[in-house]
Amino acid sequence: MSKKTDRIISALLLVALLVLAVVLDKTLPTTHIALTVLKKGCIWSLIVVSMNLLNGFTGLFSLGHAGFMLIGGYTFAVLTIPVADRASVYQYYDGGIIQFCVPMIVGLLAAGVVAAIMAWLIGLPVLRLKSDYLAIATLGFSEIVRAFFQWDTMGPITNGSNMLRKFPSLPSLLFAVVASGICIAVIVMIINSSYGRAFKAIRDDEIAAEAMGINLAKHKRMAFCISSFFAGIGGALFAMYQGTLQAMTFKTALTYELLLIVVIGGLGSVTGSILASFLYIACSEWWLRFLDSEMTIGGFKVPLLRSGFRMVVFSIIIMVIVLFARKGIMGDKEFSVSGLVNFFKNRGKKKEVK
Amino acid sequence: MLKVNDLKVNYGGIEAVKGISFEVPEKSIVTLIGANGAGKSTTLRSIVSLVKPASGSIEFMGQSITGLDTNEIVEKGITLVPEGRRIFPDLTVLENLKIGAYRRKDDITEDLNWVYDLFPRLKERSWQAGGTLSGGEQQMLAIGRALMSKPKLIMMDEPSLGLAPIIVQGVFDIIREINKQGMTILLVEQNAHMALHAADTAYVMETGSITMTGTGKELAENEDVKAAYLGKAK
Repeated sequence: MSKKTDRIISALLLVALLVLAVVLDKTLPTTHIALTVLKKGCIWSLIVVSMNLLNGFTGLFSLGHAGFMLIGGYTFAVLTIPVADRASVYQYYDGGIIQFCVPMIVGLLAAGVVAAIMAWLIGLPVLRLKSDYLAIATLGFSEIVRAFFQWDTMGPITNGSNMLRKFPSLPSLLFAVVASGICIAVIVMIINSSYGRAFKAIRDDEIAAEAMGINLAKHKRMAFCISSFFAGIGGALFAMYQGTLQAMTFKTALTYELLLIVVIGGLGSVTGSILASFLYIACSEWWLRFLDSEMTIGGFKVPLLRSGFRMVVFSIIIMVIVLFARKGIMGDKEFSVSGLVNFFKNRGKKKEVK
Repeated sequence: MLKVNDLKVNYGGIEAVKGISFEVPEKSIVTLIGANGAGKSTTLRSIVSLVKPASGSIEFMGQSITGLDTNEIVEKGITLVPEGRRIFPDLTVLENLKIGAYRRKDDITEDLNWVYDLFPRLKERSWQAGGTLSGGEQQMLAIGRALMSKPKLIMMDEPSLGLAPIIVQGVFDIIREINKQGMTILLVEQNAHMALHAADTAYVMETGSITMTGTGKELAENEDVKAAYLGKAK
């Protein structure tokens, strides 16, 4: 199959996807589980891809993602709560000190920018570290950020440990698809540019990359800031999806969850990350929910099924993946239409030979 | 072209290079030979600032490059082919070559074709991941990658390491070939025999100091060198 037809088919698929999003928006009731899963899946895809840019493409083992999501989410929420509603949201802090409100899109961009600036500042000391040490330092950072945002003295801005609400919520599935889609497209463009090549070179062999004249410090900082920028936007979208925002949501467990999806999808594969995000969200929110409720079939009570059992099954699935499919769903390959066609063609050929 | 003056390098209190001076004239092949731990690789690495020298000065084309960052030195026209090849295993051959030209902003097609002419194998395998190449092909890729930066001086750290004799011969043929086309080469080798026969000027390094200097031929005939590095009895 030629590149041209491959592109046409990809474009058609994209259009079909958008149409599907519109159709689902119009036909399904807004509280339908499928809509919830798809919305969250879109947002998670963006966040996981941004994490993959750092962990999978640049080889920086960073665990600060929840922190950057939190910064993005809070920036968005704080900036976009309508002035009229501030008195009720910041009820313990006399309406807070910020008395203006920006449009949603500006809020989203600001979320990314603030997260990226924080990343740049944190990156100055932290990016001198390597592997495990970097992971520990970034993990510590994300916990400190969470504590800082919950701090009572910060209350007039962040509402302390109270909930933020009344900021714009996610208008539709289409919005989630388009917003995440644009961001992921930008990340893919960066990966395919000469900068992306330099990131991958650093991942493969730092010393050789340096010997080729790649400025390690600069490129690592760049990858860190770009990743955090999109984590910030992802955090803002996540806040919109939830409708309310609390710092408690962004515990380290969230980062582990993201890391898990990155690994399941395959380190260094964008499409793998997207696939894994949707699978993970669908399983944890929908398909495996039944494991949490007791069930009786014809008077027989199915054993083991009870609240919390879902997480047990989930852990087992993850263990199986780590043991038997260490490279994840996609490895470091990308999903493409022509790849899929070739896969089936080759399969057919093998059968013929037999 | 390259002048190294009284270069000293320390590794955590141990003097790896104890004040060496040497010169690489334009369009020549200069080789540093010596046993393991003599400080040859350290010398190369400190020239491109991958390790910071403790003292001494390095001059390239009449300008001091002491204390510059690696990327600035690469931009000035010195490239290192690192020891053990160190190609990028998960990038394709073509991507590896493009990374070599990373600091360049001009068109690289011409040089890409030149590298492909030198190493037709790389052209055949341009879409293959670097890690799937054989040792010899990886060495070719490492040299090709270095050439892509359009260097004025190319430094090679043990290009014969771990390769079969016939492949080593091929690598040295290429070294002579690119030298003939006007490239200046600084070569570090344990394979003294091959290196001395290829080199215009040779230096023998022992535990951080230069102990002997001469043309490649002179040193190849020298009794001490023969005994120590060429495996021939006095």
